[in-house]
Amino acid sequence: MTPPRLVRTGVLAAALKVLERDLRLAIRRPGQLLQPLVFFAVVTLLFPLGYTPELDKLRAIAPGVLWVGALLASMLALESLFREDAADGSLEQFLICGQPLVGLVAAKTLAHWLLTGLPLTLMAPLLGIALGVPVGAMPGILSSLALGSVTLSLIGAVGAGLTLGVRRGGVLLSLLTLPLAVPVLIFGARATELAIAGESLTGPLYLLASLGVLGATLAPLAAAAAVRIGLE
Amino acid sequence: MNWAWFHKFGSPPHIYRIAGTLTPWFGWPAGALIVAAAYAGLVLAPPDYQQGDGFRIIYVHAPSAWLSVMIYGVMATAAAIGLIWRMKVAHAAAASCAGIGAWFTGVSLITGMLWGKPMWGTYWVWDPRLTAQLVLLFLYLGYMGLRSGIDDLGRADRASAVLAIVGVVNIPIIRYSVEWWNSIHQAPSVMKMDRPSMPMDMLAPLLMMLLGFTLYFAAVMLVRLRAEILRRERSASWVKEALQ
Amino acid sequence: MSEFFAMGGYAAFLWPAYAITLLAVVVNVIAARRAHAAAREEARRRLETDVDPEREVERER
Repeated sequence: MTPPRLVRTGVLAAALKVLERDLRLAIRRPGQLLQPLVFFAVVTLLFPLGYTPELDKLRAIAPGVLWVGALLASMLALESLFREDAADGSLEQFLICGQPLVGLVAAKTLAHWLLTGLPLTLMAPLLGIALGVPVGAMPGILSSLALGSVTLSLIGAVGAGLTLGVRRGGVLLSLLTLPLAVPVLIFGARATELAIAGESLTGPLYLLASLGVLGATLAPLAAAAAVRIGLE
Repeated sequence: MNWAWFHKFGSPPHIYRIAGTLTPWFGWPAGALIVAAAYAGLVLAPPDYQQGDGFRIIYVHAPSAWLSVMIYGVMATAAAIGLIWRMKVAHAAAASCAGIGAWFTGVSLITGMLWGKPMWGTYWVWDPRLTAQLVLLFLYLGYMGLRSGIDDLGRADRASAVLAIVGVVNIPIIRYSVEWWNSIHQAPSVMKMDRPSMPMDMLAPLLMMLLGFTLYFAAVMLVRLRAEILRRERSASWVKEALQ
Repeated sequence: MSEFFAMGGYAAFLWPAYAITLLAVVVNVIAARRAHAAAREEARRRLETDVDPEREVERER
C-alpha cells in the first residue's frame, strides 16, 4: 500500500479553508447572524422614539445614527471572533500548524466582515428610509458603509485578539476598539451626509479607502501578535 | 557592533539603582522650575490685551497637554522595545507611564474647560484640541483596563504593548480626522491654545513650565519604575541586596 | 493683594485650574512613592517565604 502523499499547502489555500470553515459554522446558526442586524434596527428605532418622528429632523441626524448603530452592532459580533476557537482549541492549532498566523487571522477577519459588516451595510438603506433619507443617497451610503465596515472589522480583530481570555472582555473590547474607530466614523458619517445632500462624496470615500488599506496591511499583523500573546 | 551596553541597559538591578540615583536630580530641579515658572506666569507676565488675566491658565493647561501626548509616546516606545527585545525593564517603564499620562490628560481637559468657559461661554466646546484630548484619555483608560484585565503580568505586558503601539499609530490619524471634522462643521471657535507669537515675557514662563513638567514626569516615572521592576523580579539575589 | 487674587475677574476659573494641576502633581508623587513602598514590602515577603530550592534538597538529604 502506498503511503499517503504529503501535500504542501500554501498560505492562501489554508486561509481559504479557514474562511470556508468560519462561513460554514456561522451558517449553521442563523440566529447568531441575525442578532447584529436586529440590534442595528432596534438602535435606529430608538432615535425617532427618543427624539422626534419628524423626518426632516431625523434626516439631519441620520448619518450619525446609521454609523454609530453600525459601529455598535459590528462590535457585538466581534467578541465571538476568536472566543469559540480559543475555547475548543482550534486557535492553538492555527498557531502550531505551520501556516503564517497572519494569513489565518486575516481570513477570520474577512469572514467576520462577510457575516456582519456586509449584511449591516446592505441593511442600512432600509433603515435610512426610516430616517427620512432620500433614495438618491443610497449608493453613497452603501459604498461608504461597505468601505468603513471593512476597517471596523480589521480594527475589531485586533481588539478581539487582545481581550482573549480577559474576563468580561466584551466591554473592554468596545472601550479599546471605539476610540480607534473614530476616524472611520468621522469620514463615514461625512460621506453619508454628503450623499444625503446630493453632493459628491469622493473626498471622504478616498479617505475611507485609505484607512481600509492601512488597516488591511497592519491590523492582521497586530491581531496575530495579540492572538499569539493571548494563547501563551 | 558591541551591543553589550544596550543589554546592560536592560538589566533590572542596574536600572533599579540608576533610577534611584537619578530621581532627586530630576525631582528637585523640576520643583524649582515649576515654582519659579508659576511665579513668573502669575505675577511677572503682563496681562494679555485680549484675554486679560485669563490667559494665565495656559501655564497649567499647556504643560498638561504636552505631558499627555509626550507620555503616550514614551509609553509606546518603551512598550515596543519591551516587545521587540523582550526586556522586562522596558515593559516596566511602559507600565510606569500610564497612570501619570491619564491623570494629566484629565487635567488638560479640565483646565481646557475652565479656559473655555469665560472665553466662549460654555464649559465644553467640540473643538479639535479638546476632542482629541478626550479620545486620548480613552486610549489611556483602555490601556490601563487591558492591563488590569489580564492576570498574568508577562501577558499583560505584551498585550498592552501591542495596544500601545496600535494606539500610537492611530493618534496622528485620529488628530487629523478630528481637525478635518471640525473644519467641515464650522464649529463655534477654534481655541487658540498655543500662541507661538507670544512676547518673551509671556513665553518664558511657559517654556520653564514645559521643562519643569517634563523633568517632573521623569522623576515620578523613575519612582514608579523601581516599583514595577520589583514586581517583575522573582529571582532573589539582587533584590535582597537592593532592599537592605 | 486682593487684586492679584481677583485675576481681573477670571479668578473663579484660573485658581481651580491651578488647584487641579497642583492636585495632580502631588497625587502622582504620593502614589508613586506608595507603589514603590508596597513593591518593596511585597518583595521582602516573597524573599522570606520563597524557599531556596538548593537548600531544600540539602535538608532532605
